[in-house]
Amino acid sequence: MIRAQSLSKRFGGKRVLDRVDLEIPNGAFVVVTGPNGSGKTTLLRLCAGLAAPTGGRLEVAVERSELGYLGHEPLVYRELTALENLELYGRLYRVPERRERIGMLLERFGLWEGRRERAGSFSRGMLQRLALCRTLLHNPTLLLLDEPFNALDTEGASLLDRELAELGPGRTVVVATHDPARVEPLATGRLTFA
Amino acid sequence: MRYLADAAALARKDLLLELRGRETLPSMLLFVIAMLVAFRFALTDEGAEAADGLLWVAIVFTALLGLGRAFVAEREQGLLDGLVLAPCDRSAIWLGKLLATLAFLVAAEVIALPAFALFFDSLLDGGTLLAVLLADIGICAVGTLLAAMAVAGRARELLLPLLFLPLAIPIVVGGVGATVAADPGRYLGFLALYDIIFAILAWGTFEYVVTE
Repeated sequence: MIRAQSLSKRFGGKRVLDRVDLEIPNGAFVVVTGPNGSGKTTLLRLCAGLAAPTGGRLEVAVERSELGYLGHEPLVYRELTALENLELYGRLYRVPERRERIGMLLERFGLWEGRRERAGSFSRGMLQRLALCRTLLHNPTLLLLDEPFNALDTEGASLLDRELAELGPGRTVVVATHDPARVEPLATGRLTFA
Repeated sequence: MRYLADAAALARKDLLLELRGRETLPSMLLFVIAMLVAFRFALTDEGAEAADGLLWVAIVFTALLGLGRAFVAEREQGLLDGLVLAPCDRSAIWLGKLLATLAFLVAAEVIALPAFALFFDSLLDGGTLLAVLLADIGICAVGTLLAAMAVAGRARELLLPLLFLPLAIPIVVGGVGATVAADPGRYLGFLALYDIIFAILAWGTFEYVVTE
């Protein structure tokens, strides 16, 4: 699913990733850990195609329509409602039975009541829940999650635990987190940056 | 069809954002009217024939104001990543922005052109109106691409005018020509050619502007 050979990334003079080799097979659940600035986010952004490597090779064997990316920003428009945001992404991702899928995700993440509220009025935790809905909306086969538990309260974190556990076979998940114990039971591999 | 549906969804989103935020269109309206009033007092009766040229200056600068706001939501909230990740053709993002910016510019001109006719006692004929429409398309086609380029840079407020204004000179030349010439056909053709060339260039290069 993901194969990197001597993958490097520099920002100006700063080398963030230095000749990283990795292979993540289909169906793997890989936890990426490491201190701040060690390159976790950069690796996920490279895998998502949001950044280009400065050295080495990276192959990600999925189409954009099969990729779900959760980054530090929720990637939702603050002036649009939760429903309008998911409608927009649902159209762009050509989600079949879009309305039903959106309704189901909003219910699952406890946002149904606030579906007609502007995302800008949401708390950070609610925004993260909405971002998770956006990420999962098109049923991606490759999930790249950067600190997915950030800002989630206990209930939100439990919802995400359940969602990750119920993803089913054939999904590849890469999670960058400072709390690896949380996803340890699901993990099939671990990548640690120094 | 899917391409157009994607562009329409993105344009609709920008129109909805403007409807909620009401930031771009009121600013453009206020700016263009203020500019026309200033021009009216700046010109003497002897210099009144320069007004046709100043109309085009007003249009270009008003468009620049709208273009400067085109990617503000995406920049401030890091949303360009979300659009780039979507499986639609990335040039659909350009087309969606172009359509939304064009709608704001045309809406501003619906007020500005009658105001110009009133202030300068000038009759705007069909040739001029067609020239304005062609110019709007060219301005938005090239301006949307440049706005996306500028948004990625640090000195974005400086970069957009510096990139856009030189490329808008042919539009002003064509527009003024179409307004003052007895037979504006040649100038309208020139504006149409500009639109085609720059629309193709912007459409083909937008993907490289929004990806690293």
